[in-house]
Amino acid sequence: MRELTIPVSAETIRELHIGEPVLLTGVMITGRDTAHKWIEETFIKKTKAPGPGDEAIYAELKRILAGSFIYHCGPVVAGLDTKQYRFVAAGPTTSIREEPFEADVMRHFGMRGVIGKGGMGDRTLQGCKETPAVYLHAIGGAASLIAQTVKRVTGVHKLEFGVPEAMWVIEVEKFPAVVTMDSHGRSQHDAILDRSKRVLAELFSKP
Amino acid sequence: MQPDITDKVLELIKRTSTDIPPDVEASLRKAMGDEDKGSAAQGALETILSNIELSRKNGTPICQDTGTPIFRVRHPGGWSTRKMREQIRTAIAQATKLSYMRPNAVDSITEKNSGNNLGGEEFPTIHFEEEEGDSLVVDLMLKGGGCENVGAQYSLPDESIGAGRDLAGVRRAVLDAVQKAQGLGCAPGILGVSIGGDRGSGYVASKAALYTPIGTRNAAPEVAAMEERITKEANSMGIGPMGFGGRTTVIDTKIVGMHRLPASYFVTISYMCWAYRRRRLILEGDRVEYK
Repeated sequence: MRELTIPVSAETIRELHIGEPVLLTGVMITGRDTAHKWIEETFIKKTKAPGPGDEAIYAELKRILAGSFIYHCGPVVAGLDTKQYRFVAAGPTTSIREEPFEADVMRHFGMRGVIGKGGMGDRTLQGCKETPAVYLHAIGGAASLIAQTVKRVTGVHKLEFGVPEAMWVIEVEKFPAVVTMDSHGRSQHDAILDRSKRVLAELFSKP
Repeated sequence: MQPDITDKVLELIKRTSTDIPPDVEASLRKAMGDEDKGSAAQGALETILSNIELSRKNGTPICQDTGTPIFRVRHPGGWSTRKMREQIRTAIAQATKLSYMRPNAVDSITEKNSGNNLGGEEFPTIHFEEEEGDSLVVDLMLKGGGCENVGAQYSLPDESIGAGRDLAGVRRAVLDAVQKAQGLGCAPGILGVSIGGDRGSGYVASKAALYTPIGTRNAAPEVAAMEERITKEANSMGIGPMGFGGRTTVIDTKIVGMHRLPASYFVTISYMCWAYRRRRLILEGDRVEYK
């Protein structure tokens, strides 16, 4: 199985095709709805002024996300009292909610992709082509297993968004995922959607 | 004398979040055998089964989305539901502190997460029913947001899918919902379907249908046959585990009928993800049992 070490190069991303399983190692950040909206409004479209401390977080995001990934995940975290954070359960969340933001975010930070579940739409697929980047599908619900690949939690940003929505900086080792959208404009999700539509039409033709 | 059930409910929450009922695990294992060797679908099911074993061994949540806790409490006459509600809420907050549950209750107006899984009267959801006898039976289901989001309600007739007000129309509505869900509900899923009711009671009944074990069939033969037909036809769409493509998209379909207004005919589908977390606590005097 192909192992990817973060930061991943553009050349390596171009070598990946849909259906290929990979193991990821390196530093990435979790982010879901609130984080994406905040990044887009504050630093990409700049429709909102940064709050106190936001610029420092932005600098940190730029440093980490270049060549790296955002993981769509709202983890269960132990050690909230002592700040000795540890991921207890950390499977992927549904990615399509980030469709309005993701292509912009990937391009803005020079990311190599996102990890989530359920796949994403045409805008993100186009973003994968241009950036270049890939969409990696993790196994939904495999939370204890994936948490074991999170070796260290090195920090957290915007904890005021709540534990699930905060941006957790994590160091992962051999995080398992499958490429389901590649940088060549292909999405495994589209193929399965089309086929299931055809079968449904056949089923509807029966009484 | 009504006992304090806080500790028993805490244990129920732990078992529900960190383990999966044997019937569900057996179905997933069978599904793994049915998929092609080395396929993404089989790989996904292998990962799912390893995750179940690991969660059980380590006492960690099967899924990080510990979901909406939905309790059904059947209690002897004379018990105070106010006290039981307080005890259940205390147990939920403790379970959150112990990382069996993720803080999951977000105020929709202020966007603030309460931090302890408590939020208003409806979070957690608790249904109380007084029953004959001396035993207390508490069913708990944890239903995550991914699968909750792909649930659907159809008002029949629905011309867009050619569905009229009969079982044939129900079939169309359910198959349409499964096709639209793709892998987003963390397939393979289990379908709870209610026919009738109003929009609110329809959803409650479609979820309550999910308290029964896999393979529980409706008592009416024509409905039971339709449950099996829908499962089979849904699987022919090839969506597969996680939407990776494959043979198992739906593990089981459960249909319940309700009374309705003459003017309304709702078909309500609650989609449960493979992480079908349901457990039962039975309390009879000093005897405590978890099933």
